[in-house]
Amino acid sequence: MPVRVKKMRQDKKQQLLSVEGLSIGFATEEGPIRVVEDISFAVASGETLGLVGESGCGKSVTAQTLMRLLPSPPARIEAGRIVFEGTDLAQAGEARMRKIRGNELAMIFQEPMTSLNPTMTIGAQIGEALLLHRGLGAGQARPKVLEMLTQVGIGRPEKRFAQYPHELSGGLRQRVMIAMALICNPRLLIADEPTTALDVTIQAQILELMKALQRDSGIAILLITHDLGVVEEMCDHVVVMYAGRIAEAAPAATLFARPRHPYTAGLLAASPRNARRGATLTTIPGTVPPPGKRGQGCSFADRCARALERCRRDVPPLMDHDKVGSDRPNLASTIDSNNLARNLREKPVSAFSHPAPGDEHRVACWNPVP
Amino acid sequence: MFSFWKRFSKDKVALFGLAVIAIVVLAALLAPVIAPYDPSEQFFDGLTLEGSPLPPNERFWFGTDTNGRDQLSRLLYGARTSLLIGLVANGIAVLIGTLVGVVAGYARGFLGAAIMRFTDLMMAFPPLLLAIALAAILKPGLMIVIVVIALVNWVQIARVIYTETTSLAEREYIEAARALGASGPRILFRHLIPHLVPTIIVYATLGIATTVLLEAMLSFLGRGVQPPTPAWGMMIFESQSYFLNAPWLVFVPGAAILIVALAFNLAGDGLRDALDPTQRGRR
Repeated sequence: MPVRVKKMRQDKKQQLLSVEGLSIGFATEEGPIRVVEDISFAVASGETLGLVGESGCGKSVTAQTLMRLLPSPPARIEAGRIVFEGTDLAQAGEARMRKIRGNELAMIFQEPMTSLNPTMTIGAQIGEALLLHRGLGAGQARPKVLEMLTQVGIGRPEKRFAQYPHELSGGLRQRVMIAMALICNPRLLIADEPTTALDVTIQAQILELMKALQRDSGIAILLITHDLGVVEEMCDHVVVMYAGRIAEAAPAATLFARPRHPYTAGLLAASPRNARRGATLTTIPGTVPPPGKRGQGCSFADRCARALERCRRDVPPLMDHDKVGSDRPNLASTIDSNNLARNLREKPVSAFSHPAPGDEHRVACWNPVP
Repeated sequence: MFSFWKRFSKDKVALFGLAVIAIVVLAALLAPVIAPYDPSEQFFDGLTLEGSPLPPNERFWFGTDTNGRDQLSRLLYGARTSLLIGLVANGIAVLIGTLVGVVAGYARGFLGAAIMRFTDLMMAFPPLLLAIALAAILKPGLMIVIVVIALVNWVQIARVIYTETTSLAEREYIEAARALGASGPRILFRHLIPHLVPTIIVYATLGIATTVLLEAMLSFLGRGVQPPTPAWGMMIFESQSYFLNAPWLVFVPGAAILIVALAFNLAGDGLRDALDPTQRGRR
């Protein structure tokens, strides 16, 4: 079974989820705010896509929008499509979404401490999805739940079944969350910072578990995280978000080997394992501008050492990394802007037209790192 | 169920409360058997020669009222009326209040606002006016008292439940339940209401005492329980002007209300703790 899944993956890259030009806005007291702007990415079955970015860059909002969990109003999908197995979730009604949630599209949350209902037993919580989507009674669900508990590596499932969340440790609770998400064999698992609240050893165990489950079932994972170490360990492709936009998207190995966006390069340089003993850790100066305070031009320009005049004026589109920038950064501002404009006219590299991350390396920067 | 009783029975104070409730309920049910006299009988020797009520003595243990009726018998029969009002009226109020509050708190938006503005309207509406209006339409009596009390008391409960629901609805596990594909009603009943049980129990038990007093107020205005049917609240109001000369007239039913309310509160506290899963295995 695992072999076949693997093979299918190689034969044709089947897009399970493709997000096309998605923009998300919130209505606030001060007026409407764009939180996520024109993002596109795709997840193929069986692969893991990492969505990386600092707090407040819009990654969680994106995840919740994929599940259509954000209350509307105030949240609103302002543009774009979310195509999941042929259905546009951006247009789907609540009844349709209820059938998909927990069934084909599941989510695990950041905080295992608060994401489990304290008044329900572990068994009842894991079995709930079976109740909702398979119409099983509590008695029929029990053997499946026990099996799932074993699958996620929880010992003595009989005992755990009858326990309440507060009786379990953080690591066990996250395993329970994973069991809840996977009980109906979903096609795609959205994991919103699944290991942030756990300590490092437990974190490694949980990641290992997710990888093992993926090998067995061929489930696709959309992993949202700010931890580049996790990304390197888990992901096939990476999408780096900054201030509501995609900064760079590439296969994981490529991205780590040759980051083109100054922000990605900064993040990698800031990562402690790249630091030398005794030297001060590298940081990126400044903070992410909050939504609504993102002026014109590239949102990263104010923190960027490579910023050109143009960066503060025009928002750089996401395009193939070979087509952009120059190996002579000093001339880039004068020469390249004309070239680029022509390039853009000739070949619109709007993410909308080909959302597949494929193996291409795309970057949104006027003056990328060489 | 067994483990629930085991936890409840460990709480001696709650057990005491439950025992008191049981005694009062038994006494009310067995009133015709254990009451020494007919509650409506006016005794010739039930008043002093000047026509004042008798203080407690060997014949009338709790004394007599201003009409020369036996206070103990009236207390026992009154327990039937007062308990019925306390449990039924209060139960209905708690039920309405909880449903309204939880729906408004979860739905938010236009529906939630509409429901809560209606609740505010009801809160601003004087209960006595409502009682008088209702009594004008229907025949005064026990039913009216129950309906009026239920219509008046649900409002506060709805407010409290609404506030608590709005904060509960923000919790991650509610979002997690939605992420599993749970529907609105399912989230309400399976995920939200169990968390509200402690609040509901506290309000339900506190409501018993206020309900009995509201009954007294309605009876005082002639819109409540009709004489000669005894009820505790009515007994207090009938005799409040004689408080200095015949304190037992107010003291006896007052103490009865106090004891019953206290017993319900104690038992309610124990119930709340026993139902709380996070208390499992403690104490």
